[in-house]
Amino acid sequence: MHPVVAALKHHKTTVALVALEIALTCAIVTNALFLIGDRLALMHMTTGVADNQLVWARASGLDLGQDSGAASPAEAAADMAALRAIPGVESVAMTNSLPLAGSYWSMGIWRHPGDKHSVLDNAVEYVGTRGMVKTLGINLSEGRDFLPDEYVDYSIFGGKAKVPPSVAIVTRALANQLWPGQDPLGKTFYLGDHGKYAIHVVGVTEHLLNPSINPNQGIERGLILPVKSVQGGMYVLRMRPDMRKAVKEAIPKILIGLDPSRIVPDDQIYTDTISEYFHGDRAMIWLLLVVIGCLLAVTALGVVGLSSFWVQQRTRQIGIRRALGATRADIMRYFLAENFLIVGIGVVVGLLAAVALNLWLMDHYELHRMPLVWLLPGAAVLLILGQLAVLAPALRASHVPPVVATRSV
Amino acid sequence: MLGYYLELAWRSLKRTPILTALMVLAIGLGIGASMTMITVLHVMTADPIPGRSAELFYPQLDPRPMEHYTKGEDPPDELTWIDAMNLLHAKKGVHQAAMVGGYLTVVPSEGATHAFIAGGRYTTADFFAMFDVPFVAGSGWTTGDDDKRAHVAVISRKLADRLYGTSGAVGKVLRLGKYDFRVVGVIDNWNPAPHFYDLGVGDYATQEQVFVPIETAMQLKQPIMTSMNCWGDIPTGDMTKAECTWMQFWVQLDTPAQVRAYRQFLIHYSKEQKQLGRFQRPPNTHLRDVMQWLAYNQVVPGSVQLEAMLALGFLLVCLVNTVALLLVKFLRRGGGLAVRRAMGASKRSVFAQLLVEAALTGLAGGLVGLLLALFGLWVVRQQPAAYAGLAHLDGAMLGVTFVLAVCATLLAALFPAWRACRLMPARLLKTQ
Repeated sequence: MHPVVAALKHHKTTVALVALEIALTCAIVTNALFLIGDRLALMHMTTGVADNQLVWARASGLDLGQDSGAASPAEAAADMAALRAIPGVESVAMTNSLPLAGSYWSMGIWRHPGDKHSVLDNAVEYVGTRGMVKTLGINLSEGRDFLPDEYVDYSIFGGKAKVPPSVAIVTRALANQLWPGQDPLGKTFYLGDHGKYAIHVVGVTEHLLNPSINPNQGIERGLILPVKSVQGGMYVLRMRPDMRKAVKEAIPKILIGLDPSRIVPDDQIYTDTISEYFHGDRAMIWLLLVVIGCLLAVTALGVVGLSSFWVQQRTRQIGIRRALGATRADIMRYFLAENFLIVGIGVVVGLLAAVALNLWLMDHYELHRMPLVWLLPGAAVLLILGQLAVLAPALRASHVPPVVATRSV
Repeated sequence: MLGYYLELAWRSLKRTPILTALMVLAIGLGIGASMTMITVLHVMTADPIPGRSAELFYPQLDPRPMEHYTKGEDPPDELTWIDAMNLLHAKKGVHQAAMVGGYLTVVPSEGATHAFIAGGRYTTADFFAMFDVPFVAGSGWTTGDDDKRAHVAVISRKLADRLYGTSGAVGKVLRLGKYDFRVVGVIDNWNPAPHFYDLGVGDYATQEQVFVPIETAMQLKQPIMTSMNCWGDIPTGDMTKAECTWMQFWVQLDTPAQVRAYRQFLIHYSKEQKQLGRFQRPPNTHLRDVMQWLAYNQVVPGSVQLEAMLALGFLLVCLVNTVALLLVKFLRRGGGLAVRRAMGASKRSVFAQLLVEAALTGLAGGLVGLLLALFGLWVVRQQPAAYAGLAHLDGAMLGVTFVLAVCATLLAALFPAWRACRLMPARLLKTQ
């Protein structure tokens, strides 16, 4: 290895430049790869419902002078009966929201009534009518679904029906925060002013994503309450995946047919809702991929340019080595080793910079700490890229005939 | 001399077309990516109401109970009805307006079957004068209309065209649900971005279609759309009595003295309300102008800042790459340069010649970058994000593109050119 290092000493500036470029690229690419991984993990999180089998719709009453814009419980029941009659629909329920559907309602939960210090803020409240658990396809790992007489008149927006139901299904994430390390089944928590309403946990689901993932509510922090109707809620329909398009098209006609004084501003196949929610993340991933691609291309071209220059500059020396008995493979190996050394220095500096950049980003943006294994792909990509980039100039070098040594250029 | 340098540069670039193309492409990619993201950042951080933004202020009060109180906590973003009305009627500013977003059912003359929902804003008389809202016809309503709870409305030009065609809309009847309103004014396309006066409905929300007096809207129980923060029991029906913050309030203060006086007034008001038993916490007030308010609410999403930094990082790598390639290029030409030096050219003139060559490369890179930025912005405009439609390259940014490209390239060329003219002519000539 020694001659390689010795020769590099004569090209300090250019070596430093290449190493710097590699280091910068390595730092950026590593962090970009981590960002992509982070977003991909988020996008592939289990929602906890039957993604491929749901269609939802929200009807909105026009205020044309009737008593109330929102559908009454009787009207909602009629709507659901009509929706259930659409061919292919297996079941229908009404809820206030769905995982990743955007709008949510959150509130504080009391572990002990009247004890302000026992409040857990920002619990996400899902309310649903009869059959909601089955329709959405929520899997209970413990306990049971709601019983028919447990559905009560309760509105999250208060009003006359402000007494919540006495039972709830909670997510494992919420249970772990309320009662760490304990079996939540049969436990009691409290809602309302000073925690005056007691609610018993009858079921636990491992996963039910929040309607919106944000710093306050996190990813999962939900509970489900059984209600008779949901003011301003959404109808959720379950069916075979191939029926979704036809059902979605039928919904507005049926709802407006029942009551012309309203519109159906939102109706969607649920997988489209998920895909819309992650649109920004997808765009970000594409942007990162394009930038990574361009960065690697530019860096590779830089390496090609400099290696070619060195090969040209050292044509005579290569000829001498060849004349002294070095084989083509020796020359080739020399340039590959030289490149490996320079890129290696760049990568080591780059990895340190990558960790520093990650720490800085953590301070300024909501990013996680990058596990150190994420450094490996970035380092590997750059080392391989360096070797590939030097391949053509090294080949050219190995084809320098020994006779060059005797010529004066 | 410059003409001669340009000719030399042109010849040199032609001699190494691949290397030149590589450099132009690298600079172009870096400039294109950075300009795309800088332009997006530029439109997103733009002053939504130029000339007035330093005179418009958003007061904040803290009416919440002592429960969950932590010292130094920010007061809520919105005001309660009572506080907003108290500040409004105190008339301590040049102009002031209370407001909230909402939506209204517009019933056109064709009948109820053609009814549709339009975005609205319930506000008070000063809104239009304070924000310099441009009118096509008519004007805003008066404070008297506010107090009388008059059924008057100001509508957007778009809605006026849709409902009344080309004929004048002022004086016409506008049916909102079961109530008749009289149109008193039509405003031109006015769409401040960011939507500074109410960020709760979306940082880059689009213009409201209907404006009606807030007292009228509350009396008629029209639906509101806002970010709401409540304590105690959940509100039932009448929002004007609810223990919730849900209204926006803006005040115009023209001089620093007025601003100081208003700050004092807010503290005084908080103390007074605490004495009255309405407030429990010690005075916790803020008064921010438009740009401070936008910064406080972090209107520019972190992801956009991150993308802009990524683009600048990319530009940096492209420049390091350019330094390396220029160094190679200039050193390779050592022989030619040595001949020029031997023939009597000074170090300075060789240096200048190399910089002219670099500038030419930078200019070409800028052109490529401009095309890439135009393409990049087109891609951004195809995104469904609310700010996407704003992403256009204006004249200033066009200039910035070229200045950035040429300056960056010149900067990158300084070191290689300096190295190249330090070479010893005699030694180089000997080895030839």
